[in-house]
Amino acid sequence: MKLLDKLLCVLVLSVGAVVSPVQAAEALRLDSAPVRLDNASLQNGAKLFVNYCLNCHGASFLRYNRLTQIGLTEEQIKDNLMFSADKVGEQMKVALRREDAKQWFGVAPPDLTLVARARASESGTGADWLYTYLRGFYRDDTRPTGWNNVVFPNVGMPHALWSLQGEQEARFVTKDDGHGKQVRQLEKLEITKPGLLMPEEYDAQVADLVSFIVWMGEPAQATRRGLGWLVLAALSVLAVLTYLLKRAYWKDVH
Amino acid sequence: MSQMDTLLDKGKQALGWVDERFPLTSLYKAHLSEYYAPKNFNFWYFFGSLALLVLVNQIVTGIFLVMHYKPDAALNAAGVPVAFASVEYIMRDVPGGWIIRYLHSTGASAFFIVVYLHMFRGLLYGSYRKPRELVWLFGIAIFLCLMGEAFFGYLLPWGQMSGWGAQVIVNLFAAIPVIGPDLSIFIRGDFVVSDATLNRFFAFHVIAIPLVLLGLVTAHLIALHEVGSNNPDGVEIKKKKDTNGIPLDGIPFHPYYTVKDGFVAVVFLMVFSVVVFFAPEGGGYFLEYNNFVPYDALQTPPHIAPVWYFTPFYSILRATTSNFMWVLGALALIVGGLTVVSTKSKNVKALAVGVTAILLAGFALLDAKVWGVVLMGGSVMLFGLLPWLDQSPVKSVRYKGVLYASVLSVFVVAFVLLGILGTKAPGYAFFGLIPGEPVAAVCSVLYLAFFAFMPWYSRMDATKPEPERVTWK
Repeated sequence: MKLLDKLLCVLVLSVGAVVSPVQAAEALRLDSAPVRLDNASLQNGAKLFVNYCLNCHGASFLRYNRLTQIGLTEEQIKDNLMFSADKVGEQMKVALRREDAKQWFGVAPPDLTLVARARASESGTGADWLYTYLRGFYRDDTRPTGWNNVVFPNVGMPHALWSLQGEQEARFVTKDDGHGKQVRQLEKLEITKPGLLMPEEYDAQVADLVSFIVWMGEPAQATRRGLGWLVLAALSVLAVLTYLLKRAYWKDVH
Repeated sequence: MSQMDTLLDKGKQALGWVDERFPLTSLYKAHLSEYYAPKNFNFWYFFGSLALLVLVNQIVTGIFLVMHYKPDAALNAAGVPVAFASVEYIMRDVPGGWIIRYLHSTGASAFFIVVYLHMFRGLLYGSYRKPRELVWLFGIAIFLCLMGEAFFGYLLPWGQMSGWGAQVIVNLFAAIPVIGPDLSIFIRGDFVVSDATLNRFFAFHVIAIPLVLLGLVTAHLIALHEVGSNNPDGVEIKKKKDTNGIPLDGIPFHPYYTVKDGFVAVVFLMVFSVVVFFAPEGGGYFLEYNNFVPYDALQTPPHIAPVWYFTPFYSILRATTSNFMWVLGALALIVGGLTVVSTKSKNVKALAVGVTAILLAGFALLDAKVWGVVLMGGSVMLFGLLPWLDQSPVKSVRYKGVLYASVLSVFVVAFVLLGILGTKAPGYAFFGLIPGEPVAAVCSVLYLAFFAFMPWYSRMDATKPEPERVTWK
């Protein structure tokens, strides 16, 4: 290649490097979720999901028998996790009627199968959002449900896990945002009435629940990564062979 | 006669039988074994065959997706649109469905990466110049089809970005004076993006556009093989032939370039696989996060951004504000004035004055939104004028002067900056400091200027003499 071609290569590639998202400062920092996709965490997450979420939120793209993938038998699924379905091949739907739900909460609770993928943003992964959200409920008497959330202000959902976490209160401070504007910023969340779990225990439970929601968003994700290494290994071999073939043929090009 | 010889003989007979009825051997020779390509192709020449590879990937994976996808906006029992649910059905319940879908969604972005690099090669080495004007124009038509194909296809997963992206783009047609509002309803088949829109976009995506695309790709290749490939030196290899009439610097496409492109294809597939298997969302650029939420015609997302490959043109649209009309007016005046001064033909002078006057009147009378739409479409079409705008005595950047190399570099930087800004919400600032809007406006002007002033700067440029034969190693 001529020098000029090389220079242009460098130019194009270096411009490409700038494309990586330039992150804007967000008002609220999301906590990094300790996602673990091992069977123990996922099974505990499934239990929490079925007991605390599935009453209002569906997971309508997920079939109960898909949970065999996280190490449960169909018998275990039927006996412990299926409250509103008859057949193990059914999707995880809710009995709650959408019209009723809309009247009770102001908005029908969304299907959660893909929520971990939908909530990803420049501020963090969908898991980070969920992990912070589920630990960010606080008491607010101005809201119809009595609850508010630091990640999702004025959310329609009450704190479904309050019996585990207890009740929190939010302390806000008013600060100058550096441009002479006064903004209300969260200073800290404080537990005012303890729940069944210690804060660290609660965080661990939420981490398992979030892990399950991440798994549910794409049950094939572990298979996908595993297969990826195989494909890359096979292609590497092919790359060597095709390169040798090319070199052999091009020997006589002068 | 040995058994092997008998078999070979039978094979030759069979081929003879076919050749008497269909020009199989002569087609094979004309397009592969006796199509002589310059031997000095470099990195930038990989992207043509890679585009073909990605096209095949899109068609094959597309066929399997259509077997399971349902273009239906009605809600299923769980309250989810059937189209959206059928995509998740493919991702979960269809064996191997997830890999087919990721190959297709990643392939869409890969197609644009490959095609943009393929087009950049044309700008580098003057591949659009005589006698390859039609190769280039077919290529531009392919690019337009590809944009249409991507746009129609993006509606099908029926997520929030699918629906609202389509709504924004179809509404652009409403900017056309007089017929615009009715036209946009005609395109959608409804007042909002709905089931009617989904079904017609599906028809366009799976049959109408692919048919045209395949026809254009064939025309692109036939035209290319008629005139022969350009090369990094921009000299015609057909000028120097040996006694058999074979170009001295040409080598048969098969086997030389088939084995070379074969290796390149494997390397490309490795990069492609890294995305498919380890980052299918492409950081939210290949599969937008908000598109994992089903489309809701009553809930507008706070920020609607087109997929990354449309964003340079989308940025030009957004930059065309009413203040920007003054800049456009000035640009038209300068180009018109330059044309009048630099031509001797009275007809051209009159034409330049007329066109400038019409443009100025249009800028003054019509809404900036109309011009934004015109510029967005026009900025793509401008590529089609390159064969006639470029007046340089040489084709390749290797022998063009510093002027063209600098102008092209500025153009690439402007194009990429426009692309980045198009993915951001209005009010975005680089590093929180440099506001995006003025940058987009400047980059839009630079984009237009690359084409508008080419007849002049390509003539002014201090070029070097082209070599007699291609340079090699």
